[in-house]
Amino acid sequence: MMGSIQDKDLKVVSIDEGDTEIEQSGSPLVFLKKEDEVMLGYIGKRLLQSVLTLFIIITIVFSLLRLMPEEGYLGAAADKMSPAQQEIYLTNLGLRDPLLVQLGNFYTNLFQGDLGKSVTYRTDVPVVTIIADKIMYSLLFGLGAVALSLIVGVPLGILMAQMKGRWLDRLGTGYIVIVVAVPAAVYYLVIQMYITEILHLPMLFDEYQPITWILPLTSMALAPTASYAMWMRRYMVDELNKDYIKLAKAKGVKERTLMFKHVLRNAFIPMAQYLPATILFTITGSIYIESLYSIPGMGGLLVDAIQRQDNTIVQGLVLVFSSLGIIGLILGDIAMALVDPRIKLGKGESVR
Amino acid sequence: MGMYSEEINNISNKSRETLFEFAEVDDRQAEETAYSNYSYWRSTWKSFLKNRIAVFLLVGVLIIVTFTILQPYLPAQKSPTEIYLDEQTGLQARNIAPSAEYWFGTNSIGQDLWSRIWAGTRTSLFIGCVVALVEAIVGITIGTLWGFSRKLELPITQLYNVVDNIPTTIVLILMSYILRPSISTIIIAMCITGWVEMARFIRNQIVILRDREYNLASKCLGTPDYRIILKNLLPYLISVIMLRMSLAIPFAIGSEVFLTYIGLGLPISEPSLGNLINEGRVLMMSPELRYQLIFPSIVLSIITIAFYIIGNSFADAADPKNHV
Repeated sequence: MMGSIQDKDLKVVSIDEGDTEIEQSGSPLVFLKKEDEVMLGYIGKRLLQSVLTLFIIITIVFSLLRLMPEEGYLGAAADKMSPAQQEIYLTNLGLRDPLLVQLGNFYTNLFQGDLGKSVTYRTDVPVVTIIADKIMYSLLFGLGAVALSLIVGVPLGILMAQMKGRWLDRLGTGYIVIVVAVPAAVYYLVIQMYITEILHLPMLFDEYQPITWILPLTSMALAPTASYAMWMRRYMVDELNKDYIKLAKAKGVKERTLMFKHVLRNAFIPMAQYLPATILFTITGSIYIESLYSIPGMGGLLVDAIQRQDNTIVQGLVLVFSSLGIIGLILGDIAMALVDPRIKLGKGESVR
Repeated sequence: MGMYSEEINNISNKSRETLFEFAEVDDRQAEETAYSNYSYWRSTWKSFLKNRIAVFLLVGVLIIVTFTILQPYLPAQKSPTEIYLDEQTGLQARNIAPSAEYWFGTNSIGQDLWSRIWAGTRTSLFIGCVVALVEAIVGITIGTLWGFSRKLELPITQLYNVVDNIPTTIVLILMSYILRPSISTIIIAMCITGWVEMARFIRNQIVILRDREYNLASKCLGTPDYRIILKNLLPYLISVIMLRMSLAIPFAIGSEVFLTYIGLGLPISEPSLGNLINEGRVLMMSPELRYQLIFPSIVLSIITIAFYIIGNSFADAADPKNHV
């Protein structure tokens, strides 16, 4: 996620499809109705394609999981079982059926809204329950971190651009370099180790003690804050040199109006594309933070489930995460087209 | 009458005899104006040298790299994997604080931390460089085709969506099951999943550039596509590609740390910065043993920050707009 924001400030962004292009719209008011239809058709087409993509992803992951070593399913109990018992256990799990039959069963259940039950992680608990138990922690921490990083990062970037070359700019740049370059594990550990000691805070997360929420939240917000600030600063420095800003300044537009009505509105366009995906992806949680502060969130669930070869959980999670990713991209493109009338979705003309 | 009337009246005072002579044509001088000795890479290098901090860090990185290569051959170095015994008790020399004998102390089973850190740096740098190189080559090739070719656009988009959404963990576990955990396994796994980001980045850049007027003009003149890509598009992207490549090294080192953290990294017998930090993390709770976490962290941070800053200033220097 880090570092991605700087290559994302493109006016022409079509990650999922090649046919989003910028065009100068002649008179948008007259053709509004027709454009709406084009847009709806476009969204429909994208959704259909997404279903196909999801199908491919799930099938591949499903097949890959079946390549895992069989001892993994037995876990610690493997030694106690006789080969016949092992065989019965694996057959009961459905692992002895041909791959196509297994896939067929999985999809039939899926269409009935049944993701199956956990095998080894929490035996016989439905996958949906396991996910539902954990999702709120990750979602709340994630949303908190996104909000915090926007509130701190964007103004920091603006201030840095305005004080270009002075101490605040240098300080901010130093912060950005450290946070972006140094692997997160290192500074998360340092924060947990020293700040809890200096401020006498409890080291681990406790749901009923709001003071323990602060450190995980701030740690999680560090990286996105840096990337928002970096991106905002660069955007502002570029933008302030443009002619329309110079003209607005020359005719006496107030600094504040200039910021909010012109620069920020333009800066928001590329952000509109990435915010939906960022917000949706908070659900996946942060592996580092959640394991360091022992927050019972989604962070380590996928890795855990894969290592314990709990196929049903892995399939469920992959389904959830990849749908989120794909929906995030579509929502982002729509949000961008809504914010910036110059961007049209649908077939465009291009050289090539 | 204006203020200049006096000057105008006396204008003949300013004329000189030389102004009315024919100038001689000097072929040599004429040639000099027509010829510019501008060289892209030399100018890039020149403007890079202007950034003092970056040059300082570059020298630092070069020293570190040379040292990691030479370190095992220097005299009085300990082996990074041997478990040392305490001479008096005959037991393992566990958790000895930094001293004259063990410069950075020993770890919890009595291995010398100083030589482990350098061996780890060597491993991590090697992984970082190989991954960055492969990612750049594959990413640029696929990204260019993705952005430029009409026919390949849809299949590659579909491929991107699929690869991007398959959890890396699954690939890694399967890989380590098939190939045993080792440096090459981790490199292959990181390359399989890592090229997509680079490809998407290049593709987005190509999409922005491909319809510019100069490419339209080239197309109308009948320039073949490969020439447009090689001569019009890619040179335009050199500075951003450079930036990406140099950042790929610290990111690869960081993801090695991450993989070790979730238990999918290199085996413990193979020292790497990720392994060392992970070993140190376990001992975090006892303050007198924290040196085992702090030393590798400092070395790791210096290397990643140095690469980051060098990469950024090199990308700035590689942008011809900054050459004047």
